[in-house]
Amino acid sequence: MSAPLSETVLRSASKQVVIGHQRRFCLIGERINPTGRRIFQEQLRAGDLSAIERDVKAQVEGGADVLDVNMGVPLTDEPELLAKAITMVQELTDLPICIDSSVVEALEAGLSAYQGRALVNSVTAEDERMELILPLVKRYDAAVIALPNDSEEIPMEADRRLELVQHIVDVATGEYGIAMADIVIDPLAMPIGADTATALTAFDTMRRIREVHGLNMTCGASNVSFGMPDRHTLGAAFLPMAMTAGLTSAIMDTRSPQIVDAVKAADLLLGHDEWGGSWIAAHRKRQAAASA
Amino acid sequence: MTPEEILQGLYDETLVGNAPRVLELTHEALGLGMEPQSLLFDALIPSLEEVGARFERGDFFVPEMLIAGRAMAGSMEVLRPLLAETGVETVGKFLMGTVKGDVHDIGKNLVNIMLEGAGFEVIDLGVQVAPEKFVEKIQEHQPDIVGFSAFLTTTMPMFKANINALQKAGIRDQVIVMVGGAPVTQEYADAVGADGYAPDASATVKKAKDLLRRKRSLVSA
Repeated sequence: MSAPLSETVLRSASKQVVIGHQRRFCLIGERINPTGRRIFQEQLRAGDLSAIERDVKAQVEGGADVLDVNMGVPLTDEPELLAKAITMVQELTDLPICIDSSVVEALEAGLSAYQGRALVNSVTAEDERMELILPLVKRYDAAVIALPNDSEEIPMEADRRLELVQHIVDVATGEYGIAMADIVIDPLAMPIGADTATALTAFDTMRRIREVHGLNMTCGASNVSFGMPDRHTLGAAFLPMAMTAGLTSAIMDTRSPQIVDAVKAADLLLGHDEWGGSWIAAHRKRQAAASA
Repeated sequence: MTPEEILQGLYDETLVGNAPRVLELTHEALGLGMEPQSLLFDALIPSLEEVGARFERGDFFVPEMLIAGRAMAGSMEVLRPLLAETGVETVGKFLMGTVKGDVHDIGKNLVNIMLEGAGFEVIDLGVQVAPEKFVEKIQEHQPDIVGFSAFLTTTMPMFKANINALQKAGIRDQVIVMVGGAPVTQEYADAVGADGYAPDASATVKKAKDLLRRKRSLVSA
């Protein structure tokens, strides 16, 4: 007996996006994030948010369905910055937002500035993190990404990850009244360059989460190719394989046509793009752009 | 094989991460009566330096760095006791750990490999290392440098907590403090009062050597 399959509903003020196992894959654009970007960090620290506009445009043009917004700049007021960035992104686009911070106060500020139904990124299986973040998820009627790692380790075995997923589900639904549909698990896609068996563990985890819980899943797709050459090719192979195992969404750089096209092809091959409507429409769009 | 051929072989096989062959050559060299420190300083360290240089240029990738590090580590297991007997000084002692609240270790492990490759003795405390644990291990091992690694903006403040704990224990001036990790910047390192920051594994080695040289010249002056 398989669990019923979840559908996670996200909304902006005017647009709804549904993540689900029988739907087209949800692309969460990841670039609105200053980590590792020195100039962007300096601009944000000086209160200049203008670079966000360019990042939003690039991710939207690349085909993002949802935008991840992270304002993790050291030595700034992250809650204030994140709230400002979210308001700004909502003026630039009608896509729903994934509010990304490890700072609880920033998540709260982001949620309170956001118009719609957000995806919160993220909580772990640590009780003290769940105690702080899950009440916010409930209060603001959001969905949440949950990572099956505890305070000891990032488990490298699917069995342990499944145990932690069970713990997250028990606490989120039992203690905080969060619906199964609003829990999105990150099955943890680790860099393949650091451990050649790690993608197999991720696929195994995904299959079992779909089977046992029917939950939606997302992951940081770029993480997989860290430290390897030809990263886009790896991303373009990883995501269709992960989709077959049950991944329903990814936080990824949609500026890579190679990866986005691989996902769209997998949508069609997995039966999530009826009569190839989206696949053909994308082709026509490219043709029109080329002849314009 | 001549000693020169063995050194060249050690260099070449470490570079490509052929651990079994590096171990064989190590035993062969010792059997011929070659000096352990020659194997270390004339073959293994230069080889890992080349790995680091290639990684920095984008010619080498993470798995290649990991297997080269593993190959060298296999040889070092044999050489370390012999080096200790001969009283050869290591470049320096480096105590490393991911801060409390943080379980990320891939970046830290790469830094460890490059440090060991440069001849540092690295003591890795793993992940989730509490300030009091750092204090205890500094007192136990007397390292030249302690490295704090953090991957999250929420765990970076542990740098400051660790430094405060060192101050409270009265050992802040005994040890050089380096910090690093994906979200860490030079500005942040300065703000928490660290002695050094580096953005990647190769740069960490350079920075560590540089800080150590400065400290030693101050002490001798």
